[in-house]
Amino acid sequence: MSVGDFGFFVICLTAIVLLAAQAVVHPSEFAQILVFGLADGAIYALVALGYTMVYGIIELINFAHGDVFTLGAYVAAAVMGFFAGTSEDTFSVSNLVALLVTFPAAMLLMGAVNITIERVAYRPLRNAPRLAPLITAIGMSFLLEGIMFVWSGPFTVHVPDLLPHGPGFNTTIGGVFIEFKDVFVVVAAAILVSLLAVFINRSKLGKAMRATAQDRDASQLMGININRTIAATFFIGALLAGAGGVIWGLYFNAITYNLGFRTGLVAFTSAVFGGIGNIPGAALGGMVIGLTAAFSDAYIGSKWTQVVIFGILIGVLVFRPTGLLGMRVPEK
Amino acid sequence: MSEAPADRDSILELTELTKRFGGLLAVDSVSLQIKRGEVFALIGPNGAGKTTLFNSVTGMFRPTSGRVVFDGRVITGSKPHEVARLGIARTFQNIRLFDFMTAVDNVKVGRHVRMKAKVWDSLFKLPRERHEEERVTEEAMELLRFVGIARFANHYARNLPYGQQRRLEIARALATEPKLLLLDEPAAGFTPQEKVELMELVRKILTRGITVFLIEHDMKLVMGISERIVVLDHGEKIAEGPPEEVRKDRRVIEAYLGKSA
Repeated sequence: MSVGDFGFFVICLTAIVLLAAQAVVHPSEFAQILVFGLADGAIYALVALGYTMVYGIIELINFAHGDVFTLGAYVAAAVMGFFAGTSEDTFSVSNLVALLVTFPAAMLLMGAVNITIERVAYRPLRNAPRLAPLITAIGMSFLLEGIMFVWSGPFTVHVPDLLPHGPGFNTTIGGVFIEFKDVFVVVAAAILVSLLAVFINRSKLGKAMRATAQDRDASQLMGININRTIAATFFIGALLAGAGGVIWGLYFNAITYNLGFRTGLVAFTSAVFGGIGNIPGAALGGMVIGLTAAFSDAYIGSKWTQVVIFGILIGVLVFRPTGLLGMRVPEK
Repeated sequence: MSEAPADRDSILELTELTKRFGGLLAVDSVSLQIKRGEVFALIGPNGAGKTTLFNSVTGMFRPTSGRVVFDGRVITGSKPHEVARLGIARTFQNIRLFDFMTAVDNVKVGRHVRMKAKVWDSLFKLPRERHEEERVTEEAMELLRFVGIARFANHYARNLPYGQQRRLEIARALATEPKLLLLDEPAAGFTPQEKVELMELVRKILTRGITVFLIEHDMKLVMGISERIVVLDHGEKIAEGPPEEVRKDRRVIEAYLGKSA
């Protein structure tokens, strides 16, 4: 075991022991934080998958991804506004219809946006030095934030609370307060991640994506259209980010134009934590970072949470750059 | 210039193919014709432009000028994936497998070009997809048996012994159902025994009705299996003909051994 791995395990072990102590001393408080952490983590996982898929296939950190996520939430707020008869007080059929329309609309639109970004900002630079697409990625990030700023201004935008809530849709188990939407977030994310896993492992396009990630030239000569495969990767990543945006909006009911900056960095940290390029790693990393943020908020203080999370990012990069589950990037 | 009537005998026809990298003329106006069902070899010293010529045929590079006709169709400047679909497959000088996939999955990637199942078929596991997946796995196994590495089917490609990796690359190329197979130094790093086995494999490939176009350094191997040879030097074609003629050609001897005083 290398010194780096040793340091990594010592830190992880220390964190786990401290948390276990809390779990024993104040079990119900601990469980309550766990619920918040799982819900946050599920959203980070959805966003982290987009970072990791794109990195896996073209070794680019798509800094605009966090803003695609935010734009998804903005689109969701706009689409929900079109529906008459929705109510934030009780759950109605109209609410259900609005949700069933909002999810696909925001997801597909974000897919289209991300494909466009890839086409105009990354594809022309595919053979350029790696710094060049990184800079255009940051540029696209600012562009998207600018669009949202012009669209809705610098203020917090309200996303209608259309999920079932209030009495009857929450319960207290052993002193832990659980709302319907806590369950909804985790279940929705789990479904999307499982669909992605099945897709990557079973479908022809999924296999083409794995092949392209491992050797682009050889894939082309096997008859794989790599431009289409890379575009598909951006599309799928954005479907997940779009869904993540809608879910975030429904969960927190408030969004701002620069939400994607911080959320994107946290999700990126999750992807690095799990092993950038590794799909199960991103899902796991998202959950771990979500839980870490929740525990840090509660036990250390929320003003320290960003320090903790980005401390983890630095720690992982220094001690274990391949992340928790290892990078799935072929050595060349 | 009038269009020559399509020659049914030739599978690949290069006309004055030229590839220039800045000031370097890597392939200089090379013309050649490969007949269906033959083994055609391309030889020449290091840096003669052999791999560049392969890359220009498969669409990895766009030729600076000249024409590539494959199976009666002009494919100059086509994309690599289109060329693969039309029926040209290749292997690489330095092996390029999908390291983190199993051997059988590597071959299945090659099969995919010929598959019909759509995204929704696989997501919902429709019967059509399941049958196709089973068939493709069976076909991939058949190809692994054909090249003699079926027992490595479930090993990661990167963990295979070197010689078996070369065979796996050939199986993956065959999976695209090519009419023309380009082998880029298939025997590089092989022991004499392995070279003999490779020659047998190439003959077996011919019986499938596939034309073989190979780059090779090993003269003995080239002389043993190819019907015709083209020799490149500094991007230029300096000789062409059956092995015994090429072997005696003065310019070929000079290119390989240097000009004697």
